[in-house]
Amino acid sequence: MSTLTDPPKDNFRLSMLFNDTRYRSLTFQAIAAILVALSIFYLGSNLLTNLEEAGLNISFAFFQNPAGYDINQRLVEYSSQSSHGRAALVGALNTLLVAFLACITATIFGVVAGVLRLSKNWLISKLMAVYVEIFRNIPVLIWIIIIFTIMTAVMPAPRAFRGDDATASMLLDMFAFTNRGVYIPMPYFEHGLFASAQGNWLLVIAGLIGSFFGARAINRWAAAKQEATGERPKTLLPLLAVWFVPLIVLMFVLGLAWELPALKGFNFKGGIKVGGPLIALWFALSIYTGAFIAENVRAGIQAVSKGQTEAAAALGLRPSRVMNLVVLPQALRVIIPPLISHYLNITKNSSLAIVVGYADITATLGGITLNQTGRAIECVLLLMAFYLTVSLVTSLVMNFYNASVKLKER
Amino acid sequence: MSEQNSVAFVATESIPPSPPPANQTGVVKWLRENLFSNWQSSLLTLVSLYLIYVILSTFLPWVLNGVWTTSSLTECREVLEGRFGACFSVLTERWNQLLFGFNYPSDQYWRPTLAFVFMLIAIAPVLFFDLPRKMLAFTVAYPFVAFWLIWGGTIMAPIVAFLGCAAAAFVFGAYGKNNFALGFIGAIVAAFAVWIIGTMLIPDGANEGAWLEHVPSRDLGGFMLNMMLGVTCVSLSIPLGIALALGRQSNMPLIKGMCVIFIEFVRGVPLITLLFVASVMLSYFFPPDANVDLFVRVVIMMTLFSAAYVAEVIRGGLAALPKGQYEAADSLGLDYPQAMRLIILPQALKISIPGIVNVAVGLFKDTTLVSVISLFDLVGMIRGPILGGSAEWNGVYWELWGFAALLFFVVCYGISQYSQWLERRLATDHH
Repeated sequence: MSTLTDPPKDNFRLSMLFNDTRYRSLTFQAIAAILVALSIFYLGSNLLTNLEEAGLNISFAFFQNPAGYDINQRLVEYSSQSSHGRAALVGALNTLLVAFLACITATIFGVVAGVLRLSKNWLISKLMAVYVEIFRNIPVLIWIIIIFTIMTAVMPAPRAFRGDDATASMLLDMFAFTNRGVYIPMPYFEHGLFASAQGNWLLVIAGLIGSFFGARAINRWAAAKQEATGERPKTLLPLLAVWFVPLIVLMFVLGLAWELPALKGFNFKGGIKVGGPLIALWFALSIYTGAFIAENVRAGIQAVSKGQTEAAAALGLRPSRVMNLVVLPQALRVIIPPLISHYLNITKNSSLAIVVGYADITATLGGITLNQTGRAIECVLLLMAFYLTVSLVTSLVMNFYNASVKLKER
Repeated sequence: MSEQNSVAFVATESIPPSPPPANQTGVVKWLRENLFSNWQSSLLTLVSLYLIYVILSTFLPWVLNGVWTTSSLTECREVLEGRFGACFSVLTERWNQLLFGFNYPSDQYWRPTLAFVFMLIAIAPVLFFDLPRKMLAFTVAYPFVAFWLIWGGTIMAPIVAFLGCAAAAFVFGAYGKNNFALGFIGAIVAAFAVWIIGTMLIPDGANEGAWLEHVPSRDLGGFMLNMMLGVTCVSLSIPLGIALALGRQSNMPLIKGMCVIFIEFVRGVPLITLLFVASVMLSYFFPPDANVDLFVRVVIMMTLFSAAYVAEVIRGGLAALPKGQYEAADSLGLDYPQAMRLIILPQALKISIPGIVNVAVGLFKDTTLVSVISLFDLVGMIRGPILGGSAEWNGVYWELWGFAALLFFVVCYGISQYSQWLERRLATDHH
C-alpha cells in the first residue's frame, strides 16, 4: 500500500491562492503590501493637498536661519544669533548630558536600594520597599515638577546670602544652593601646556586612558602569574600607583586651581552654575528609574540559587570573593537586559525637560524652533530620528556588553 | 523499701521548663535579630529611625493643622495664624475642576461620575473570574453607554456604533468558525456598511435638544481625562498588540518586517514626540475637510504607542512556550487561527499578564504627558488654571501635587496588587 507518490500536479486554480498553503502566505503578503501602499498613497496625497492649501513645503532650509532665542544651559558656544541648527545641537547635547548623568545616578540608587531591600535589617528592607513602591507608582512628570518646585520655592534666593543678616550661607564656602541653581567650584589650570582649556582637559583624559590600559596590563600580568604558579601577586599598590601618580603629576604640572563661586551684586559669579531645571530633571529621573532598577537588582540577586553561595563558601572562598566571583557574575546576567531598557527609558523620559524649561532637544527643536518657524513636520521628524538613533546606538552598545557577560553555551 | 531509699536521689517528676533568657525571646529577640544584629545594622536602624522621625514630625503637623474650608490662600494663612499647616481648601474648592476639568458643564457632573461607577461594574467580571459570566453582557455594552454618558448628544451615535459592532460579531460568528480570514474580512465590511448607512440616517443637528446635552471633547479634563485615556488606550492596544506580536513571529517576511519596523520605531521614540505628532502633524495626514478632534488623535497615538510595548510583552510570552505546544497543535490538524486561539494564545497571554499590567500602569502614568500638548488633564489643570491662572491659589504647591501623586499612587498600586493576586491565582503549576 504505497502512498509515496508525487504530489498531484494540478492545474493552477484561483482558489488555490487561499486554500493552498504553498501560495497562501504569498497571497496574504501581497494583500498586506497593497494595503500598506494604498494607505501610504492616501496619507501622502492628503499631506500634499494640505501643504498646498496652507502654502507650505517640506524644506530644511530654516536650519540656517538665526534662532533668535537664548539658551541658558549649554555645553557649546551659542547665542541668540546662532542658527536653528545650532540650537538643535545645543539641545541634543543637553539631552545626552542629562541622560548620561541620570543613568549613572539611577544605577547607584537602584543598586543600593536593591541590595538594601534584601538586607536582614527589617526596618531597612521595609523602608526600601516603601521607596520603590512610592516612586514606581507616581508618574515621573509629577516627580520632575515636585523636585523642580523644591528647587525654586524652597531654596533661598541669591540675595538671602547677602549682608550681615544673611539667612542662607554657602556650604563650606564652596557650594551655593540657590533658587536659580547650584553653584559649584570650577577647576581650571593656571599654567596649562595648551592655550585653550579644552586642550589641557584632553591631556588629562589621555592620561586617564593611559592609566586604564596600564591597570589592565597589571591585571593581565597578575592573572598570567596566577595561572602559572597558583599564587596571585599583590596588585593593590601598583594599581593605585598607576591610577593616581600620572594624575597627580599632571595636576601639578598644569597647576590645578579652583574658581569658587562668589556673590557679586544680585547674583553669584564664578564657578559652574548647574541650573535648577537640570538638577530637577536629573534627580527626578534618577530616583524614579532607580526604583525600577532596584527591583531588577533584587530579582537578579534572588535568582542566584542559594546552593551557589553555599558551594562557594564550602570551597573556602571569603564572603567578598563569593559575591565578586560567584553571585554577581550570575546576577548580572539577569540584571543587564532590563537595565538596558531602563537606560533607554531615561533617555526617552528626559524629553519631559520641556515642563521645567531645561533646553533639551525636545524643548529647542520640538518646542521653540517648531513654534517660531511653524515647520511641524520637519521638526518632529528630526526629533524622532534623533531619539531613534540614540536608542539604537545605546541598545547596540549595551547588547555587546550583555553578550560579553552572558552564559557561554557550547 | 530500704533498698529503694539507698539511691541518693531519684527525680520523680521532670523539672518545669524555665523560660528562655530575656534576650532570647519575644520582642527583644526579634529586635536583636532584625534591627540590631551587629553594629552596622544598628547604625542603619538608628539613622533610619531618625529619618522617619524627621519626616513624620514635619509631615504630621502639616496635615493635622490643615485648613479645609477657606476660599483662598490668604484666608488660609489668616486661619492658621502663623502655625505650620496645609491649605487643603484648594482641594475642596477646586474638587470638581481637579476631577472633571474647568469646562465640563457643572450641572452635568453626575454623568462622568455615573460612567465611572459603571466602569467599575463593567470591569469587574473581566478582572475577577468568579463573578457570574452574564455580567460580561454589561461589559460589552459599556463602551457605548459610557460614550453616550460622557459626550452626550444624540443617542443615535452610540446605537449605530453598537449595531456596527454587533453586525461584525454576527458575521464573524457565522463564517469565522470555518474560515477565519473570510469571517474577519466579512466582519469588517459588515461593520463599515452599518456605520456608513447609520451615519447617513442621523440628521444634521441631532445633537441639539438631545436628552443629554452634548459636551465637546475639548471640554473634557481633570483626572477624568487621565482615566478615559488610560482605559481606552489600554483596552484598544491589547488586541493590536496581540496582532503585532503574532505578525512579528510570523514566517511571512513582508509582514514580519513591517511589524518589526513599527514596533522598534515606536519603542525608540519618546511618547512626547508621538503626542507632538498628534497635536501638530497628524492633521496634515487627514483629508482636508476632516476635523478629527485632538482627543481622538491623542487616543490614536497613545494606542499605537502602548500596542508596541504590549506586542513585545506578548512576544516574550510566545517565545516562552515550549516548541512542543506548537507542534502538538499542528499534529492535531489545527490550522493557524485555531491553533493560536485554542492552544498558543491562552498560555502565552497567561505568561504575559504581569508584563501587560506593567505596560498598563506605565501608560496610565504617561497619560499625564498630554498636559504638554495643552490638554487639561489633572497635571494640566494644576499647572495651568489652578496654580498659574488663579490669584487665590497661587503658591499652594504641596497640597495640589501631593493630591495628584496620591491619586495616581492609589490607582497604580491597586493595579499592581491586583496583578500579583492574579499571578498567584493563575499559577497552575504545583510546587
